[in-house]
Amino acid sequence: MGTMKLKGRGWGIFWLVVGALYLLVPLYGMAQFSLETGPHSYGFHWYQTIFDSSQFRSSFLLSLRLALETVAISLVLLVPTVFWVHLRLPRLRPLFEFLVILPFVVPPVALAVGLVGLFRPVTWLVSTPELLAFVYVILALPFSYRSLDAGMRAIDLRTLSQAAESLGARWTTTLRLVVLPNVRSSLLGASFLTLAIVMGEFTIASLLLFNTFPVYIEYIGETKAYPAAALALISFVLTWGAMLGMFIVGRGRGRTHTEVAMTR
Amino acid sequence: MSKLELVEISKRFGAVEALRGLSLEVASGEFLSLLGPSGCGKTTALRIIAGFEHPDVGKLLVDGRDLTAIPANRRSMGMVFQSYSLFPNMTARENVEFGLRIRRRARAERTARALELLDLVGLAGTANRYPHQLSGGQQQRVALARALAIEPEVLLLDEPLSALDAKVRVQLREEIRRIQTSLGITTIYVTHDQEEALSISDRVAVLSLGCIEQIGAPSDIYREPRTRFVAEFVGTMNRLDGKVNPDGSIECGGLCVAHGVALGDHAPGEQVIVLVRPESIVLEELPEPQAASGDLFEGRIVAHTFLGAVTRVTVSVAFGAVTADLPSSRALGLSPGTRVSVRIDPSGVRLLSIGTSGPGSDGSGPTGGGSGGSGPTGEAESPGEEGSATAGGLPTRSAASL
Repeated sequence: MGTMKLKGRGWGIFWLVVGALYLLVPLYGMAQFSLETGPHSYGFHWYQTIFDSSQFRSSFLLSLRLALETVAISLVLLVPTVFWVHLRLPRLRPLFEFLVILPFVVPPVALAVGLVGLFRPVTWLVSTPELLAFVYVILALPFSYRSLDAGMRAIDLRTLSQAAESLGARWTTTLRLVVLPNVRSSLLGASFLTLAIVMGEFTIASLLLFNTFPVYIEYIGETKAYPAAALALISFVLTWGAMLGMFIVGRGRGRTHTEVAMTR
Repeated sequence: MSKLELVEISKRFGAVEALRGLSLEVASGEFLSLLGPSGCGKTTALRIIAGFEHPDVGKLLVDGRDLTAIPANRRSMGMVFQSYSLFPNMTARENVEFGLRIRRRARAERTARALELLDLVGLAGTANRYPHQLSGGQQQRVALARALAIEPEVLLLDEPLSALDAKVRVQLREEIRRIQTSLGITTIYVTHDQEEALSISDRVAVLSLGCIEQIGAPSDIYREPRTRFVAEFVGTMNRLDGKVNPDGSIECGGLCVAHGVALGDHAPGEQVIVLVRPESIVLEELPEPQAASGDLFEGRIVAHTFLGAVTRVTVSVAFGAVTADLPSSRALGLSPGTRVSVRIDPSGVRLLSIGTSGPGSDGSGPTGGGSGGSGPTGEAESPGEEGSATAGGLPTRSAASL
């Protein structure tokens, strides 16, 4: 029995090492390449080049701004919607779940063309990058909706809301004082996922001719090999940062949900 | 004038009629329990009072004011839910303060009030604990303090003890009653636990199929059930098919089982349902077989159920079986197979006309009930007998589920 356990653990470690090598070797190669400044000489020259580039700064800041705007619009739209659907319109939940997966099945090209057509009457918006924020809200919908939905499912939303209501709270007060603090981790999860999507979205930004961070990465990748490797690593770090944020929040979420479950 | 009044309230959920013309008056400071099986409409009635449901027909009056269309957050009803419902992100004190915070009371005032109420419910030392750091009983105490903090017009309790273990349940129900009495707050308590309802209420309303079957003091509900449903739902009851003899005695299966029973409107010769509580049956050991005489008849013990202080004994008699409750110390000598004399205390006998089985059929309650009844948990039909007598009631009515 003990030998079998040890054998199983040995295989587990073996596959873990294989998986890690599969992921890390290309990254190591890319890191080494990005640090090469000449034959057998290494340094951060290409990183310096990237950080000194005004195009990098402007595209990165544009993407970051769009990400924050997308997060804000998503939360403002979705939090009351999910709250209301859970509380008053539970029968519509299957419909909403169907609607939120639509961005997965509509090709980005069709989505971009369709949305430009939709927003055309709003002339001030069509000519600004903020148009992308509205597009990204739709693109991130499957992730942001599901994260919020899971958060509200995990608490006894109906009873908590009714308890607050019986104590005199209006639904907006209930949302602010009772619901949001208890789904904070899913709010953060939805925000990080949205951030990661926006920071990596290329197709629509490129089609609509906005120079976002992914468009800049693609441009560098086509024209400059060494800085492209450095930029790819920077992009990885950013994505991992967002994932690490989710992981930390996820740990918090697990604890909160246990507490909520125990409270019931 | 009554504090709270429900006037002809009806409520339907799709095909299910949850409440059918329910009318009820609750006096100021009264503790009223709504008692009934699952699906009888008791929680719907409470939720209508709280404002979480709106009646299809009817009115809700509090101090004569019509609150039917007023939203829940403007009604000032303190509610305690079955599932503790404390806000997990707030401490016990913050939970209790919540209603006062909504009412924009000064911080110092609401903290003082919260601490005072936590002290009242016996949780003075746990003000800074979060709900997950409290036991179920403590959480319900906090929920009670939170409901009381807003000085509600009416306190509503929706099966607040059902998630707690038996000992805590008894402690907490006594505490709820103590607090209710000391504050003099009008209280409506929903439960399916008859013992709970009978032990703490000023009045109990027994509901079935969306109607009140009977409303009255707990002792009246227990001793003077007006319908078969109430008789069988509240406590354990022997139900015998009998007849009123010309001399006023009661006959079952050809045997005279009781003399001197209050006959009421029942005429000699009338077929009746004879209801007898187990504690009204007296058993004595019989060394030798003995013919029935007067209201004494013979039986043989067939089963014992030890319930602690009392033992429930099933006795096989000529017309079926009856159940008697004996002090456990006495029941020890009466093992299964023992021959016993059986006597029914006439003061514990209640007669119902045949057909008095549902709401309204005795002329005292709303009309439209079915037959049969839902028995309280733990009741058992007399084992192995096919006679006309049954002890307690089996759940034969499929109550509308909500």
